[in-house]
Amino acid sequence: MSIQLNNVSKTYHLKGRNIEALKPTSLKVETGEIFGLIGYSGAGKSTLVRLINLLEKPSTGTVIVGEDNLTELSSKDLRIRRQKIGMIFQQFNLIESKTVYENIEFVLKASRYNKKDVPARIEELLKLVGLNDKSGINAANLSGGQKQRVGIARALANNPDILLCDEATSALDPDTTKSILNLLKSINRTLGITMVIITHEMEVIKEIADRVGVMSAGEIIESGETYNVFSHPKEKITKDFVQEIYNFEVPEQIKETPENQVITIQFLSENAEENYLNQLYRDFDLSISILNGRIEYIKEKPLGFLMFQVSGKVEEIERLKTHIDNTHGIERVGYIG
Amino acid sequence: MDNFSQLWPLLYRALLETALMVSISIFFAVLIGLPLGILLYITQHPLLFKIKPLNATLGWLVNIIRSFPFIILIVAIMPFATWLVNASHGPVFASVALSIAAVPLFARLVESSFNSVGDGVIEASISGGAPLYLIVTDVLLPEAKKSITQAITLTIISIIAFSATAGVVGGGGVGDLAIRYGYYRYDTLTMIVTVIVLVIIVQIVQWAGDFISNRAEER
Repeated sequence: MSIQLNNVSKTYHLKGRNIEALKPTSLKVETGEIFGLIGYSGAGKSTLVRLINLLEKPSTGTVIVGEDNLTELSSKDLRIRRQKIGMIFQQFNLIESKTVYENIEFVLKASRYNKKDVPARIEELLKLVGLNDKSGINAANLSGGQKQRVGIARALANNPDILLCDEATSALDPDTTKSILNLLKSINRTLGITMVIITHEMEVIKEIADRVGVMSAGEIIESGETYNVFSHPKEKITKDFVQEIYNFEVPEQIKETPENQVITIQFLSENAEENYLNQLYRDFDLSISILNGRIEYIKEKPLGFLMFQVSGKVEEIERLKTHIDNTHGIERVGYIG
Repeated sequence: MDNFSQLWPLLYRALLETALMVSISIFFAVLIGLPLGILLYITQHPLLFKIKPLNATLGWLVNIIRSFPFIILIVAIMPFATWLVNASHGPVFASVALSIAAVPLFARLVESSFNSVGDGVIEASISGGAPLYLIVTDVLLPEAKKSITQAITLTIISIIAFSATAGVVGGGGVGDLAIRYGYYRYDTLTMIVTVIVLVIIVQIVQWAGDFISNRAEER
């Protein structure tokens, strides 16, 4: 089911001051896709995701999910509609005093699910998230990863078309993050659920998002296919996020001069790095030493960066740069390092 | 009073009176104070049932009753209490005033118990499409169970303390015994025994309350 935000904005009134958490924003998320929103804290992404199920009421604009204009629904209809929009949270937000079973039962009670079918449904959900044996355990006694699995089972209980993920892995360690992301990916594939994921972690976006929006100061400043956005970042913040995953830094002892420069290049295809480097060694009368190199996979497509130091004649260095600029699939970038 | 055997019948009767007053008052404190506390909480919560004027009115009412010195409250509600229980003295009569004093106290304690329930779990319940009554019965109450149990303990102990004043309307009770015999008549034995009895009662109530609330958590 698609999500359409038309010119939504959110302004808070606090002690006589107006705080614009979200500037007028339009966004369309297509059926079945995973849309990621990345930004640092305070960028407005948490507000944006809460507008989709109207946990926050937009100050202006309309929210359309599937065929329904949520902003026009009565509070009762909205409540029923929300049962078809699952949401998971950074802090899991389980009922800690209840068991895993009771936590899921709660949302089934909310939707007046046929009582006879509840145990079977819960068993099915627990199997889906890999917690078959934890049914009777108190939520308070689970690990973070297990809690999030219960959160996912709860969010999926009423067969939603949409799943909203609010920093769902930010409180988890890297291994657990991976396993939760894999679970979300397989849910997206097998159930065809549309997902909106907000996060400040590049790891999450590059692993799972089909499309991405980069948020800063209450607006989406850049968006598109995830690979395109991160292979050709335009905004400073987007570049910072790319830098974050590659983590390249120019070593301090290197003093850059016209005869001694640091060049970072980007490869858009696999296995190209080594051949290309050999070619550079062969064709240019320069001393080339590698400082750093790394390939990351963004939505399973490789994106590699290579940073090297070249020294020699200024003209030769310039010739090298021109050569790089004229080579297809390889680009010189200034924002890494 | 020279010895304990003379004191015993009085003390026994006083214990029964205290038990009666405390039972009646805590019953009504919970019966009325719990819904009132729930109402106080949900009418100020933006995600639940925020109605500012209702919340302000209830809060104002609760504060007024809580501002009354207990002895003035007893006197002020005398006509009402007389009409309600068809009597003008005795422990049941005193229980009216005790209940009225205990309800707002307990309601405020319940309200603050809910404040310790995280907004996150409420947000999750709303986003799951849960109706208000289900959030109250299945989220707020279970999550606040431990601190509500503690609130009941605290309210019982407050009622025991209030009940000492209930003597002015013939309520009786252990506290009243301490004041009338021990304090006004300079009866040191009664004074010491009644104070010790009160200390023991309060300790037992606190201990039992802690025991129950810990069990509520361990479940």
